[in-house]
Amino acid sequence: MKLTGENIIEVENLVKRFGSFTAVDNISFQVRKGEVFGFLGANGAGKTTAIKMLIGLWSPTSGKANVAGFNLFTEAEQIRKNIGYMAQRFSLYEDLTVIENIQFYGGIYGLRKNILKERAEELISELGMESFRKELIKNIPLGWKQKLALSVAMIHKPKIVFLDEPTSGVDPITRRQFWDLIYNAAEKGTTVFVTTHYMDESEYCDRVSIMVDGRIEALDTPVQLKKQFNAESMDEVFLKLARPTEVSSKQ
Amino acid sequence: MRTILVIIRKEFLQIFRNRAMLPQIIMMPLIQLLILSNAATFEIRHLNMHVIDQDQSQASRQLIGKFKASNYFELSDFSFDEKHADEDIMQGKDRCILMIPKGFEHDLMKEQHTKLLLNINAIDGAAAGVINTYALSIIQNFNQQIDAQWINQQQFDQQKILNTPYSFWYNPYMNYKTFMVPGLIVMLLTMVGMFMSAQNIVREKEIGTIEQINVTPIKKAHFIIGKQVPFLIIGLVQLTIGLLVARWVFSIHILGSIPLIYLFATVYLITLLGFGLLISTMVDTQQQAMFLAWFFMVIFILMSGLFTPIEAMPQWAQNITKFNPIAYFVAVMRMVVLKGSTIKDILPQLTAISIGGLVMCSLATLRYRKRDG
Repeated sequence: MKLTGENIIEVENLVKRFGSFTAVDNISFQVRKGEVFGFLGANGAGKTTAIKMLIGLWSPTSGKANVAGFNLFTEAEQIRKNIGYMAQRFSLYEDLTVIENIQFYGGIYGLRKNILKERAEELISELGMESFRKELIKNIPLGWKQKLALSVAMIHKPKIVFLDEPTSGVDPITRRQFWDLIYNAAEKGTTVFVTTHYMDESEYCDRVSIMVDGRIEALDTPVQLKKQFNAESMDEVFLKLARPTEVSSKQ
Repeated sequence: MRTILVIIRKEFLQIFRNRAMLPQIIMMPLIQLLILSNAATFEIRHLNMHVIDQDQSQASRQLIGKFKASNYFELSDFSFDEKHADEDIMQGKDRCILMIPKGFEHDLMKEQHTKLLLNINAIDGAAAGVINTYALSIIQNFNQQIDAQWINQQQFDQQKILNTPYSFWYNPYMNYKTFMVPGLIVMLLTMVGMFMSAQNIVREKEIGTIEQINVTPIKKAHFIIGKQVPFLIIGLVQLTIGLLVARWVFSIHILGSIPLIYLFATVYLITLLGFGLLISTMVDTQQQAMFLAWFFMVIFILMSGLFTPIEAMPQWAQNITKFNPIAYFVAVMRMVVLKGSTIKDILPQLTAISIGGLVMCSLATLRYRKRDG
């Protein structure tokens, strides 16, 4: 793992309100270049809202943020050139084939024809999807779709890739393969920002932040977090953090 | 530029992969054109007429004979009392009553004027007007004949000093289809274009792919243009099919310039598709998009001058039609196809629709946001 120490994402007092509801409540953190950063939290903790602000889909209510060296408020287009995103909802076109999807997204990122062709072949052979090449997306298994979606999100070789619960709904073997892809990307120098609610997956991350009710309650390496909360596993860390709010929300 | 081509290619792939799409684009307008051109007509033939002939004279029989020979009226019932005739009208068996009172011939001969009664069921006011015109022309014709035959044989006819000859220009046989078909072609490419574009962007919202596009550095205008061009091409294909059908099936010869029609159609489609995409950016579901598209479509079509002349509308409604793209295209189609109007003649319409196109596309581009809230 190459940790250069240089920050590629810097967030300061970021807030997002929807009416009177505060989805993201004053969060601050940094992500280092080249690391796999786990963004954890229960459903509704504000992970997706935070990620959508960082990739420029939603405007923050207040705060400051730099992504890939660009200001989130004034240089959103520059940021878009340098990031990839894989949404929680599957976002390839079901009525296009594998190769057509790759060509479409590569084309929108402005890749030249010969480069795109090269990357598409590379990508297909890396995933071992030669036989699915001309298959419509709707006809291929979910695990393959997810792996393809990740690769398509990185077709333009972004500096950072944001993954929003990329492994929800896939079997453990595919999840394992998926994480191999993530490590692969990180080894090539891509920063990975991944949200998940599978606690075992958080062990694979370099650093982990845990969000509870819109706030970041903990941020450190998995080893340090377990030490800090005196826990055997990340699962335990998470439960210790999340439990008090569960009780308070019932009152 | 290249991103525009990428989107166009993807849209076409999706359109042609959908098996229901091609018949929808080609067959539906064709069938509609063939059916509607025959159905949408104000010409009325074989109207059921109830005749009450209380005179039973030579003159009354001659008048009835004129109606019978006219092709417009079907003398379906004869009786002597109005009560029976009223019942037939109530039941909808007959459309009108011709009542010839007793003494019709006598008055005509001796007093040189007489009375007739024509009752028309006027629930459909436009149709009643047409029936009235038919009946009056038959009665007038009868009048002249009586004049000539019986009364003014030796006299100079003073009533006929003022004689207005008339001829119908551009559609000499007053053929309704000649008038309707160019307008109907407009309607067909409008319907498909409007609905497809209104559903397009919102469908990507529904399936979630719009987010994936919004995180890319694509330019908003490129996105909108890329979405418009495929439907523009489809619209022009439909126009071509419509014009060919007009030529081969309805024998309508285009008097004006064909490139001029295509030029106007292109600007028109850009306006229309811009509007469709604007709707698509404003709503959250395809269902909402369809409701909105229908709302405007019904107003646009009924106020387009396609079925009822714009000149017949009240002033406020005429003002509204100035914002109706279909009205411009219907007018231009009729002008260029039937009258052979040139670009100079249609310049006001071309200017108006160009402004409309500019406004619609700008609004659609502005309204399409890559970043929300």
